[in-house]
Amino acid sequence: MARTAAKHPAVKRTESPKRTRLLIATRKGLWTLTTDGARRTWKLAGPQFLGNIVHHAMLDPRDGKTLLVAARTGHLGPTVFRSTDNGKTWKEAVTPPAFDAGSGRVVDHTFWLTPGHASQPGVWFAGTSPQGLFRSDDGGANWKGVAGFNAHPQRKAWCGGDQDGTPDGPKLHSILIDPRDAAHMYISMSSGGTFESNDGGADWHPLNQGVRADFQPNPDLEYGHDPHCVRFAAGNPDRLYMQNHCGLFRLDRPATRWTDIGTGMPKAVGYVGFPMVPHPHDPNSAWIFPMDGTDVWPRISPGGKPAAYRTRDGGKTWKRQADGMPKSQAWWTVKRQAMTVDRFPVAGVYFGTTSGEVWGTRDEGRSWKCLAAHLPHIYAIESV
Amino acid sequence: MNHRVAIPSPLRSYCAGEATVTIACAADSLSLGDVLAALESAHPGIRFRMQDEQGHLRPHIKVFVDADVERDLAARIPPGADIMIVAALSGG
Repeated sequence: MARTAAKHPAVKRTESPKRTRLLIATRKGLWTLTTDGARRTWKLAGPQFLGNIVHHAMLDPRDGKTLLVAARTGHLGPTVFRSTDNGKTWKEAVTPPAFDAGSGRVVDHTFWLTPGHASQPGVWFAGTSPQGLFRSDDGGANWKGVAGFNAHPQRKAWCGGDQDGTPDGPKLHSILIDPRDAAHMYISMSSGGTFESNDGGADWHPLNQGVRADFQPNPDLEYGHDPHCVRFAAGNPDRLYMQNHCGLFRLDRPATRWTDIGTGMPKAVGYVGFPMVPHPHDPNSAWIFPMDGTDVWPRISPGGKPAAYRTRDGGKTWKRQADGMPKSQAWWTVKRQAMTVDRFPVAGVYFGTTSGEVWGTRDEGRSWKCLAAHLPHIYAIESV
Repeated sequence: MNHRVAIPSPLRSYCAGEATVTIACAADSLSLGDVLAALESAHPGIRFRMQDEQGHLRPHIKVFVDADVERDLAARIPPGADIMIVAALSGG
């Protein structure tokens, strides 16, 4: 694959934004936390969609004012809400993501929202549970299945059955659009693995060489893996970082074999977690938030001692960052969409916990502070 | 023939907050699916929240026709029968 990319890593520092807003999607609604350029004080606002299970909320960076929210309730089917005035007013999608009638498949919830390429205003992609890929060409008002994936002859083999998913249902997530080429995309699935398309989603192929799948009898599978979160490195869409069910990995295209970058993690902590958060400016730097994947998979902070870990060398080494976090008896964790960074030259990093707290750092993890507490279980945080 | 349809609180945002709406149906012999389609025509968006893309009622939506539970959308509805939509036990 030859793409016209500038060579990296050229670390490009930007000017400080005037403010940062966090979109906090929770099991019971949507909240926002807003701060100014100093990032010292935060204002909590909300809830919106109180009582709705909000899986993801995302701003369209192309217009800076369109917000989409993926929601459902315990009783009602899944839908997408849209705002074109930055959250002041909302309308429901006319046709939310839904599989084709007659396919036998039913969308349980929309899990992931990704704005399309900069050259395609109004285009959005959505990943659902169970695994489905959907596209809107009108800013999220109407959604259609991406037939190249949903009706792919291999789709069922790739995704496996319902028992191959997460406890909350199998998911399609981490929809990545190459900023150099709208037709070049990646998706990942829990389970299923990571897949690539070079033709805007018309066809897909697996991209999982080198990724472990310890839960399968054959560890060297073509697909069937469980990536939890996959992201582009800052400014370098040829580098992908992955937090997987079975470890940490990095891929530098055009190579097709992932490199294990979990060997530098302390054995007592392990390399299991949900989020993977690249630094906003440095392609060699990223954060993770480990959880306990031993024994019966408690999925909490190992030992009740939460900590982020940061790499500054592409995953060769990881440094613990926990200053300000509880030193013991803190049994929460951070879900795959619930950790993010802002765009400040010295990056702020933010995460939301399963116990409803929002934590942040304005010095790239040297010290952490609780920014909000007593919210519902947090599913996703986006910094916009 | 008109049918009164009781709307549960999670769906009232589609009906301007009304707890009961009246659906006017031209034909005398209707299926439950016909009534829900008429409800969708009058209150766009409501059907997908209670009926999935394969045409089945969602697991936690219950529909009573007069006093009887009905899940078969092809079932015929007696003229003038009252319809009650219930968001059944679910949550946490």
